[in-house]
Amino acid sequence: MKTIKRILTGLCCLVMILSVAAASAEDGFSTSYTYTYDYWEDVQESPDAYRVATVIDTMTLGLDTLENVRISKPQSLYVRDNMLYICDTGNNRILEIERTASTRFVLKRVIKEMTGSVVNTFNTPYDVFVDPRGNIYVADYGNQRVTMMDKDLNWVRDYIKPTDATFDQGQAFLPQKIVVDVAGRVYTLCQNVNKGLIKYEEDGTFSGFIGANTVSVNMADYIWKRYFQTKEQRAQSENFVPTEYKNIYIDEEGFIYATTEVFSEYDLKWDKAKPIRRLNSLGNDILIKNDRFPPIGDLNWVSGAAETNGPSRLVDITVMNDDIYVALDRIRGRLFGYDSQGVLLWAFGTKGNVEGAFTGAVSIEHMGHDLMVLDQLENSVTLFLPTEYGQTIYNATERYLDGLYDESADLWREVLKMNANYPLAFRGIGRAIMRQNKYEEAMDYFKLAHDRENYGRAFKLYRKEWVEQNIWWIAVILAVVLIVPLVLGRIKKTKWEVIAHEHSKVRK
Amino acid sequence: MSIAKSANKTGRSVKGIFGTSEKRKAFWGRYLASLKYGFHVITHPFDGFWDLVHEKRGSLAAAHTFLLLFLVIRVMKLMLTSFQFISAPVQYINVFEEMGSLALPFLILCIANWAMTTLFDGKGRFRDIYMAMCYALIPYILIQLPMILVSNMLTFEEASFYSVLLNISVIWCVFLVFVGLMEVHDYGPGKTFIFLIVTVVGAMVIIFLILVFFSLLSDAISYFVSMYREIIFRLN
Repeated sequence: MKTIKRILTGLCCLVMILSVAAASAEDGFSTSYTYTYDYWEDVQESPDAYRVATVIDTMTLGLDTLENVRISKPQSLYVRDNMLYICDTGNNRILEIERTASTRFVLKRVIKEMTGSVVNTFNTPYDVFVDPRGNIYVADYGNQRVTMMDKDLNWVRDYIKPTDATFDQGQAFLPQKIVVDVAGRVYTLCQNVNKGLIKYEEDGTFSGFIGANTVSVNMADYIWKRYFQTKEQRAQSENFVPTEYKNIYIDEEGFIYATTEVFSEYDLKWDKAKPIRRLNSLGNDILIKNDRFPPIGDLNWVSGAAETNGPSRLVDITVMNDDIYVALDRIRGRLFGYDSQGVLLWAFGTKGNVEGAFTGAVSIEHMGHDLMVLDQLENSVTLFLPTEYGQTIYNATERYLDGLYDESADLWREVLKMNANYPLAFRGIGRAIMRQNKYEEAMDYFKLAHDRENYGRAFKLYRKEWVEQNIWWIAVILAVVLIVPLVLGRIKKTKWEVIAHEHSKVRK
Repeated sequence: MSIAKSANKTGRSVKGIFGTSEKRKAFWGRYLASLKYGFHVITHPFDGFWDLVHEKRGSLAAAHTFLLLFLVIRVMKLMLTSFQFISAPVQYINVFEEMGSLALPFLILCIANWAMTTLFDGKGRFRDIYMAMCYALIPYILIQLPMILVSNMLTFEEASFYSVLLNISVIWCVFLVFVGLMEVHDYGPGKTFIFLIVTVVGAMVIIFLILVFFSLLSDAISYFVSMYREIIFRLN
């Protein structure tokens, strides 16, 4: 037994050494940095969709000489046009940064206080939002308010704890995340509130909760907890309460995307956990999920208590044009990009201290197709620019949505040249070919993409065409199959009659 | 096996594996007749299973054939059904593993049923039980084989047609197993049902015993191996 164990350990070591050797490519990026999942849930390495362009931190912004206060525990990023806002929570300030060139970021303002309010400073601000007119909203966690100021930092109004009976008055009002829609309605995500997002009208009046998680209890669970658990067990186990959201984002159409980290890991693949949701004005989840698995981040994970084990915990989300959204996993520091149909475009990122790896990823934002990720332990923002591969995927998706199917197919072919394991490209080409009435060829592409619905559609048309072409053969075969037994039966019958007749003759 | 046996029974020496030409002819005739009899069994199960065993109208060779066909068709189904209806990871399938994972439980269930029913005045011998169970697989063979072809002519939206026929084949098989055991053992329906459940429990016990046996065996072997090593070490 021991020898077997020794051999196994030896093999494991060898494999590990080999994999380490294989994992770093010439350009320093590990080959498995970007990946996708195939139909069988296996990781397929892919070309890098994004590369680190620059890292913005205290030094590059010149904060060490200007203010002599390093960025500390930043909690949130916000982007409006070419302005980047960092919520520097540990220093009670907001940093306003202008992007002057692709990789050039210039500190414009350090917002530490406003004018006109009773309390003019912030206390551990958790989130910042800027509306199109330049009004700045701050989730002022420590002062228990969401405060609004205009672009010249004059205080406008506070959104405070609702006096309504639906809000537990014994509880503190601790806003953590805010979004504001086009009409000026403010939605806040508060700590210890599980009724959903708190919604305020533009004038600051409280107008209810939206998007509460529904509580689902199954019978077995209920009976088990109610009748079989001891009091101590019951106190330790989860309560039947709706889960809280982790982060929110409002897209261009005014839908709120929310992520949550509270779920049972076995519910994820069955689409019961719904870690990413798109809420309409009624608070219902309307996220489109047309792939084999719902968008949940990683599909494979190691269970266990270690820090980097377990399913992805999506800490933030950002939505680009064409409803492409990117979710950020804090457990393994990964980014997951999904298209509007919920199909994984790419995943990349890792845990660590080098460029492109995170130790405490906490917030993500986008500027066009460029991505920015905030690390609350490194106190830095990493800027990612799409590679040719990543950009081609975007272009192909865009062309398809614009109705330029042939152009889109050409772009997908380019993607396939870079990554032959990309189901979305096969599907894209298949769709374009199908529009040219080449059904049989389209079927091959859909089969490669494991796209049953489109394959079914193409096959139906192909079958129709085939039947139309071979209708004569089918008619002939059918006729033969139907008529031959009839004739044979007839012959048998007459034979019997003849024999019976002769028998009757003999009897007489 | 059965071929050699049938030749042996006559008392003459076996000439080749197929015996003399008349014997060969008689065997093939009986084999084909027992194969054909399968159609009668599945359409008239009550009479069919009774005569299968008591009138000796079935043969073990035919039973083996049906079991083999069942296994082959099961694998063919995984490999050849249109990808719209079945998502088997073809690249990972091991044909023998797939066949074994069906044949072994099948045999264990037969053994468990025999072991249980012998104790409770079941009339069937092991050979009868095995034969009845094999003949009960015929609907699966008859329906699933054409359905492999049909699946390649249907689209995803027409899946209900496909799944209905598949379900019919399975329900038919289960019904035949039930009737087969009832006739073989000369039980009533209630007793048969109870013994179906008992058989499953018995099969689990057998599997448990096999696992215990093998783990003890591996422990025993490793014990002797380490003892041998120790002795060699001391001697040196």
